[in-house]
Amino acid sequence: MSDNAVDTSKRTWLIATTCAGAVGGAATAVPFVSTFQPSERAKAAGAAVEVDISSLKPGEKLTVEWRGKPVWIIKRTPEQLESLKKTEGQLADPESKRNPSDLTPAYARNQARSIKPEVFVGVGICSHLGCSPSDKFQTGAQPSLPDDWQGGFLCPCHGSTFDMAGRVFKNKPAPDNLEVPPHMYLSDNKLLIGEDKKA
Amino acid sequence: MADFKEISPNASAGEKLLNWVDNRFPASKMYKEHLSEYYAPKNFNFWYFFGSLALLVLVIQIVTGIFLVMHYKPDANLAFASVEYIMRDVPWGWLIRYMHSTGASAFFIVVYMHMFRGLIYGSYRKPRELVWIFGCAIFLCLMAEAFMGYLLPWGQMSYWGAQVIVNLFAAVPFIGPDLALLIRGDYVVSDATLNRFFSFHVIAVPLVLLGLVVAHIIALHEVGSNNPDGVEIKAHKDANGKPLDGIPFHPYYTVHDILGVSGFLLVFTAVIFFAPEFGGYFLEYNNFIPADPLKTPAHIAPVWYFTPFYSMLRAITSEMMYALIACVLAGAYLGVTRAKIPALFKTAVVGGAVVLVALMLSIDAKFWGVVVMGGAVIILFFLPWLDNCAVKSIRYRPDWHKYLYGIFVINFVILAYLGVQPPSPVGERVSQVGTLFYFGFFLLMPWWSRLGETKPVPDRVTFTPH
Repeated sequence: MSDNAVDTSKRTWLIATTCAGAVGGAATAVPFVSTFQPSERAKAAGAAVEVDISSLKPGEKLTVEWRGKPVWIIKRTPEQLESLKKTEGQLADPESKRNPSDLTPAYARNQARSIKPEVFVGVGICSHLGCSPSDKFQTGAQPSLPDDWQGGFLCPCHGSTFDMAGRVFKNKPAPDNLEVPPHMYLSDNKLLIGEDKKA
Repeated sequence: MADFKEISPNASAGEKLLNWVDNRFPASKMYKEHLSEYYAPKNFNFWYFFGSLALLVLVIQIVTGIFLVMHYKPDANLAFASVEYIMRDVPWGWLIRYMHSTGASAFFIVVYMHMFRGLIYGSYRKPRELVWIFGCAIFLCLMAEAFMGYLLPWGQMSYWGAQVIVNLFAAVPFIGPDLALLIRGDYVVSDATLNRFFSFHVIAVPLVLLGLVVAHIIALHEVGSNNPDGVEIKAHKDANGKPLDGIPFHPYYTVHDILGVSGFLLVFTAVIFFAPEFGGYFLEYNNFIPADPLKTPAHIAPVWYFTPFYSMLRAITSEMMYALIACVLAGAYLGVTRAKIPALFKTAVVGGAVVLVALMLSIDAKFWGVVVMGGAVIILFFLPWLDNCAVKSIRYRPDWHKYLYGIFVINFVILAYLGVQPPSPVGERVSQVGTLFYFGFFLLMPWWSRLGETKPVPDRVTFTPH
């Protein structure tokens, strides 16, 4: 065999071993990338939270932490409930039809997005980029809000607005309503956030 | 491989030692190649300070960073307090910390100036494309460093800034939510996120950064520095093969750069001692409040160096998508009617445009905002192939090119300004126009850079001895 001729069997083996090596290398990357996933402890931290709402007065808001996120419990006044009818026309998804399985459990798919009309339970995280909207319960004209403001929430990051049921207004950066977490009443004044009856 | 060199037995101990080393490691060879016999054009001006200054700031960041890590605790429960501990209890800790925080902003100032220099003198053009590309990669690494480093003090801005940026990745169709989960390592920004960002900030990204800096300099020294005239000094060499318009980097430019370093340190130390927060621009006031996952600060904005890109992100609303679709269609129309390309490519252009418009209509504006923000950085990589001007340097380009570059800079500053402001209807419109201009500047460059009458380029560099 001359010096220049290609030894095809040697080349075949070189290609085969290189491929095998590459597969092995790629497989080694799997455990490394896997460590980026939430740990078992982080997954287990999602336990349900029990909240006593007996001291919550109409117009007041209580924030509790569930899975590291703020969950709002708001006892709405009759006027605030009334405002939900007026905002209907300006909302992007008034009937909570978008991603209902993720955002709105079946028992909250109503105008007030709640089990009891006056008590709203929602995750206070904007569906745009995850900021927590601020309370803007005061009605009427004010900075960053329309003049016919009926009360609701304003996200400080990119100006998305939500009504008193966490429903997003049209033409805002946030695409979806605020999430209503799975929740249920253990008694009249005891809420369990994170679990519901079907679960 | 060099031959083993014997040295005269009468040589001094120092020479003997150097010879011993040189026979085992190319110390003298590298010193000559990169310093004493690296010939740089003699007409460097003010703008050429920023390369060496960037290297200086890199060293400052690494050294101060090493010392900060000795006292900092990457734990969600301890991080904020450990930074305050460095500020109050560690002897001189405040100085090290302010050097590091001011160094971050200084890095971006220096790098923006350095990039602007490259832009106006055509330093990215053949044969320096790789120098430019390594530089752009360094810029990307710097952005990653700055973003992840900003989470570490675990203040309100750290937390919510990271929350917003990580959620940007969730906007990617299909894989987005899982990707965001993989970045955070939890369902919200948490201790897991802080720890991995710490790891990336102190070891992973700096390693890549250092490698890229070495590649940037090796590539530069391979092709030689450009200069304000954009002429190649290698075209005219003396009898020894040394460029007539070149001077050895050491001692000429090392001494020259000491002037730049002195000027820089004067400003840098003044900021550290008298205005380390710089009115909330270098260290945001809300970051002196510990991270609270339940409450977003009333106004959140990224640190100043990210704001031009953040403005572009915010500019992409569902209304803006129609303007972008119009741009895609106009581009496809021009491609089909005007470009001199085979029919097959024209079909591809039409097909590509149709697919793109369909995607633009079907995927949320939020995702396209992310694409635009990322694209604003990525487009820089392609600059060497976008510029078709007959000359390199702005000095010999048509006068209106200068105004165009001027507008580009003003536009960039306006976008930066709008990025720190709370969202407003007027600001939104202005940032949308600014975004279109930014991309128009680059995407239309193959066309506009060819227009106009260029001035005659001199044979040798313009230089008046002083």
